[in-house]
Amino acid sequence: MLLVPCPWCGDRAEVEFSYGGEAAVAYPADPDALSDEDWGRYLFRRANPRGAFRERWVHTHGCRRWFELERDTTTHRIAR
Amino acid sequence: MTEHPDHLWRTPEPRRSYEVVIVGAGCHGLATAYYLASRHGLTDVAVLERGWLGGGNATRNTTVIRSNYLWDESAAIYERSLQLWEGLEEELEYDLRFDQRGVLNLAHTLQDVRASVRRVEANRLNGIDAEWLGPDEVGELCPILDVSPDARHPVLGATLQRRGGIARHENVVWAYARAADRLGVDLVQDCEVLGVTVEGGRAVGVETTRGPIAAGAVALVAAGHSTVVAETAGVALPLQSHPLQALVSELYEPVLDQVVMSNAVHVYVSQAHKGELVMGAGIDPYLSYAQRGSFHVIEQQLAAALELFPVFSSASVLRTWAGIVDVSPDASPILGATPVDGLWVNCGWGTGGFKATPGSGLAFAHTVAHGEPHELARPFSLERFTTGALVDEHGAAAVAH
Repeated sequence: MLLVPCPWCGDRAEVEFSYGGEAAVAYPADPDALSDEDWGRYLFRRANPRGAFRERWVHTHGCRRWFELERDTTTHRIAR
Repeated sequence: MTEHPDHLWRTPEPRRSYEVVIVGAGCHGLATAYYLASRHGLTDVAVLERGWLGGGNATRNTTVIRSNYLWDESAAIYERSLQLWEGLEEELEYDLRFDQRGVLNLAHTLQDVRASVRRVEANRLNGIDAEWLGPDEVGELCPILDVSPDARHPVLGATLQRRGGIARHENVVWAYARAADRLGVDLVQDCEVLGVTVEGGRAVGVETTRGPIAAGAVALVAAGHSTVVAETAGVALPLQSHPLQALVSELYEPVLDQVVMSNAVHVYVSQAHKGELVMGAGIDPYLSYAQRGSFHVIEQQLAAALELFPVFSSASVLRTWAGIVDVSPDASPILGATPVDGLWVNCGWGTGGFKATPGSGLAFAHTVAHGEPHELARPFSLERFTTGALVDEHGAAAVAH
């Protein structure tokens, strides 16, 4: 199990958290102006890198706040 | 002791050029190579594998075979696959331990019951064998399952596909590998593809740890690493790589005759011929390439399994492991062309690829050989993530399967 560092509560067991996937995916600024390709990209394409990855977590069974962290997808090591 | 042959396939040095280069020697890659050679006469083919044959998901799955999918598009390819399984031992002249012992999908809630009955009707309309069983019938078929009304996960019924079952995955890998090799396909292990070489919008070969190899067509069948390889050609695939864990128990006398699956509590279990109980869990939520997951996923899965099968409380876990599965947004595969000419993808099988091996290989080989999608592959194009014509199998197959 991962030990996830909540910025407000400290290190807690992974079971207290829910995963939110890639960080910093912005809602399109002008949705009406998007082509089908761009909508498809926004809806379905997410980064899936081998190595360092910025991702979102939420402390569901704790303070219930969202935060970001950087984790290596090949080792699961979370950057401190 | 059984007499073992010296070699099932050659260990060739990679040539500098092939008509078709297949990236990845898992079940689907090897099946693709076999059908390219046997159905389309294409033997100037190499399968490049960074590890060893079948070292990834091919032999990390729980070997469940079934075709009881909800939508027509899925039913078509999985049923074609099941039909191929039914003749595969003869075709490949190899014992695959293919065993149509029946697959039960349990329903624990009223919504499960409705969805299951709907799926049975949909399957029948597609000519796929499917039955709905009440709790008593389920209990009669599988006596060790707790079907009492006060169970933690009450069994309100189950769908049964009698033609479903299991096969021994190593044998499947070896059988396809031997058959492809005999037809002249080069199976090259310890040869990692570092990138796809694109010239003028066309894939012309691959860079590997054993040098560059030119190719008329590149067929990418790299499961959890599909996005990594596709990215080198500038192609963004809508896939996320997750660990999917499974486990086996120690060996026991036969206690379980069917495959039993429960989507609601993420348990699927069968007893292998040797005697071990084989169980699969749901995916770990986070992205990973580490081929391991978190232990609480196993704990939660076993907690549910013990409620369903009280007799398992005296069983011991022997080992657990994980594979890296490539999950697509609609839980359906991606099979066909990419924006780069000559680069074809067969990926996104996520948690349920093993059962599809023969159908996937057949359809993909046709697609690569003819330069256009096989009829079974057409609905699974990459384009559907632009057009929105998804094949949403979450209803029938959202959890690991």
